[in-house]
Parts: sequence; structure tokens; C-alpha cells
Amino acid sequence: MATLNTTPDETGMHQERLGDRAQHVFFKAEEEENFTYPDSYEVDYNKRTTIDVADMDARAVNGRIRECMQQGYGTIVLQNPSAKHSLAVGILNRLNLYIEGSLGYFGCGLIDGPNIRISGRVGWSCAENMMSGTIVIEKNAGSTFGAALRGGDLVCKGDVGSRTGIDMKGGTIIVGGRTGILSGFMMQRGRMIVCGDAGDNLGDSMYDGTIFVGGKIASLGVDAAEGELTELEERFLQEKLKMYDIQPPKSWRKVVSGKQLWNYDNLEPSEKKLIL
Amino acid sequence: MCGIAGLIHKGKNAKIGEQMISMLLALKHRGPDSTGLALYGASNGSGGSSESYVMRIKLAEQEDTLHGFRIAQEIAERKDKVDQRLKELGASEVKAEKVREYAYRYTFNFSNDLRRLANFIEDVEGAEILSLGNSLELIKDLGDASDIAEQYSLSDFKGTHAIGHTRMATESDVDIRSAHPYWAYPFADISVVHNGQLTNYWNSRREMERRGHRFMSNCDSELIAVYIADHIAAGENLQEAMEKSIDAFDGVFTYLVATRDSLGMAKDTMAAKPMVLYESDDFIALASEEVAIRSIFPNEIDTIDPYEGEVRVWQH
Repeated sequence: MATLNTTPDETGMHQERLGDRAQHVFFKAEEEENFTYPDSYEVDYNKRTTIDVADMDARAVNGRIRECMQQGYGTIVLQNPSAKHSLAVGILNRLNLYIEGSLGYFGCGLIDGPNIRISGRVGWSCAENMMSGTIVIEKNAGSTFGAALRGGDLVCKGDVGSRTGIDMKGGTIIVGGRTGILSGFMMQRGRMIVCGDAGDNLGDSMYDGTIFVGGKIASLGVDAAEGELTELEERFLQEKLKMYDIQPPKSWRKVVSGKQLWNYDNLEPSEKKLIL
Repeated sequence: MCGIAGLIHKGKNAKIGEQMISMLLALKHRGPDSTGLALYGASNGSGGSSESYVMRIKLAEQEDTLHGFRIAQEIAERKDKVDQRLKELGASEVKAEKVREYAYRYTFNFSNDLRRLANFIEDVEGAEILSLGNSLELIKDLGDASDIAEQYSLSDFKGTHAIGHTRMATESDVDIRSAHPYWAYPFADISVVHNGQLTNYWNSRREMERRGHRFMSNCDSELIAVYIADHIAAGENLQEAMEKSIDAFDGVFTYLVATRDSLGMAKDTMAAKPMVLYESDDFIALASEEVAIRSIFPNEIDTIDPYEGEVRVWQH
């Protein structure tokens, strides 16, 4: 495996201050063996192959990607995906994956590590439960984009549907265009950056995390509140968008949890009865 | 989960039967119970003349034909009654084509009250008009799109626009009565397909029944057809009627409506049901999944997801 010389903190991937309850573990290059799967493959980014998936079903495509990684291919190009569902899922490996075309639903879900570039659009539930790595989509994305995202950068340069980043627990979602209703619903950690407009009920019932919006916000959700943008955050936004060649908006609005609904330390009525 | 699809060609005819079958086959996994299409063209030779009608009618459920010794004779008797009633109300040049054992396609000329005609024919036991209009032909049956295409010879159907549906039965039976699309009785050339669930169905249905509308099924999708028809009859255009429906219906839904010359889509305010849209200068296609659109456009295309509460209408 290639040697990693920098930490995520140094690259600006993690800037947020964690609270006492956090169990978040950041990557450390010196503890690399603790951050790879025991059955992951040694791959060489300079070893490249192309797979035409026009006549293959999702299971065959995902199996073929695994076979290629097993053979040491570190760069794979998928051609003719034709909006098929569930492609490029469950990749727990370092890999450069180029998808020439569009994906259907549940594309790139349950991944941990790969860098994926998609020249077309993606359907609903792209990158669900993504743990780490990067995904960059050149066109639009459907709803529930980055649902339950835990880490990594998920970037859509176009418009995204509703419930973007629902239940996200970490990582960064970047939307070049607008996003739909209930984006950031029940968000627990991480960042969402929306350069365009955001739909109704933004950040509804969010526990934590931060949402940055460059355009209009149709309405804030329950317990979502506007926060004050810090200089550090402005720098972070600038750098982050620069990484993906996205033009930043003129100004930002920051949305955080109002924390009026936090009841973590309160006892349930049944528990109170037992104790009292 | 159901699959819906729609397409419209602007200013030209195309093989919409073949295209819609292809889209519905790609959506087969979303609903294997029944398949239906509403095709708009001038295949009856009328050129869409306002007095020349096509009527698709079923005289029994498919499962009825599996039971009883007398069903074939009963269907023949029902057909005789339909023929007789058409003549009685003044329909001329009546031609009937047997499409399935229990399904017929009629063409005729008629210039009187369409509601009265529809009521009189549906008064025949077991008879249900699937569609009635100048350019609409509505076909629905049990099975997937390939079964329907073969049984009803749809591949060569030419026209301007179409909607289709693959159904997964959740809250009503697996029968033709509960299959989509729904014709908006008794208004010519209006049909609806729907994916979702209307949670204020019974209240809204009762309201429509009080206004004189009839329901043939307990399927919530039929309510959309009746609601749209009711509002169009009151003088609203399709866009206005659909915009009002967004507020009138509770629940999660995406639906498509077709009329003689237009195609419309509406999405609920929660955007909980999928819809992908492809739009070019001369062609529009919509489907629950992009893979259906790609079945007729194999090359890369730019598509979008319409947003919550959005209504769009296109003319051919």
C-alpha cells in the first residue's frame, strides 16, 4: 500500500470541535493498520483497466470490480452503466473508480475508501452509509443523497433532490446547485454545503453538525437555528470548494441545531418510576 | 411500490406503443401484478374527430373466465346487450373487435350525452368501460408488459403521447378493476397513473360521490382521475386542476395525467415518491426510474428529479 504522509486534520478534512460525548476516531497515518480491513487488497493506482458493463447486472459488475482489485488494479473505469441500480457498492478498499455515465438508485453505497468520479448523474440514495473516500458527481443527484453518511467527501456539482444528508453522522456533503425539502433531517454530525437554494424544513430535528447555504432557505425545520459563521469556517468553505472546482456563492448562511429538543440526560417516564 | 412512466412527442407521431412497453418492461421489478397503458393517437381512423369514439371495455374479470361453465355464454350475452344499448342511444357505425376473451374494442360515431352512454353501458352486469374517447386507448390486464404487448398487439401503435403503470398491489385486489391507468369517467380522453398512497382517500371519495361521480374500484388512484376530471369539467385547465390536487390530497404520491393533447406530472409536498424527467425540444419522458427512460434512449442523457409540490404540463 502507498504510504500516507498527512493526517486529515492537516488537509482540512476535519475542522469541527468535538464534544465530550464524541466517539469519533480520526485517521492517523502511523496507525494505518487499524484503519484498513483485514481482507482488503493491495492495489496499484497505475494499474488500470476498463469494464464495459452494458450487458452485466449489478451483482456481476460489483463482483468484477472486486476481482480487478484482487488482481491489483488500482484504477478502474466503468463504461455504459446506463442508470443501473446498486453499482459500485460495498467497496472497502483504496481505489480510483471512474464511472463514465449515470447510475440508478443506491449507487456507491456502503463504501469505505475509494475515490469515485461519475461523469453523469446518480439516482436516489447515492453513497448511503459511506464511511470514507470521495465521490464527485458532475451532473445531478436524486433524493436521500448521502443518507447516513459517516465520513468522506460526497460532492454533486448539479442539483440534488429531497432529504439530502438525512441522518448523516459525519463527513461532508457538497451540493453545487440546490437541494430539496428536509435536507439535513435528523443530522447528527458532519457538514453539508449547499451553494444554491435549500428547500423547506432545512435541518429538521438535527442533533448536531453544520449546514452552510449559499442561496435562499425556504424554511428552517424544527429545532434548526441560524448560527454565526466564523472566519475559520469561511476559510474551510473556500478551500473545500476549491478542491472540487466549484464556484463559491457570494455569502453563506450557517444552520445548526437549536438543541431545544435534546433530552439525552433526561430519564424516560418508565425509568423515573423505577428510580423514584 | 409501483412504477409509472409517461412520454410525449411534440408535433409528431411515433411508435408510442413500442416505446411505452419498453419503459414498462424496465420497471417490471416495481410491480409484477398488473400492467396498463393509456395510448393517445388516431388509430381508430377518426383523426381525433370529436364525434368518433374508441371504447375499450371489459365484460368480465380475467379470473372469472377460470370458473363456471357458463362464463363464455354470459360474456356473449353481455356483449349483445352493449351492442343493443349503443344503438338504442344513437351510436352509428358501431364496430366491435374481440381483443381478449373478456375484452373488446369498439369504434362508433356518437354526438349525444357521453355520461348517459357510459352509465347505460356500465349498467350491463359485469361491464366496465376502461376508456372512452376520441384518441385515448386504454389497455390494462394482469401480467407484465411483455404479456400485455403480445395479447393486445401494441407494438405498432402510433401516436403522440402515452402513460403507463406497473402495479404492486398493496391495498386493493389483484384484478383488472384495480389496475392502472384509470379513465376519468365520464370525460373523454383523460387518464391517470399513480405511485403512492392517498391517506384522505375515503373522505375525498365521499365528497366526489356526493357530486355524482361513480367509482369502480377501492383503489385510491381512481380518486385522482375523478378529481382531475371534476375540476376540468368545472372549467379549469389541467395545470390548475393538478396544482389544486397537491393541496387536496394527503399522503405521498407522484402521478401522471394525460388528456387529448397534453401530459402532466405532479409530486406531493414531501417528494416521497420518485420521478425522473428527461426533456428535449421535441420529446419528454418521465419514469419512476431513469432506467426506464434509458430503455428508449441508450445513450447518455441529462435528467432531473422534479421537486416537492411541483406540477408540470406539456402539450404535444
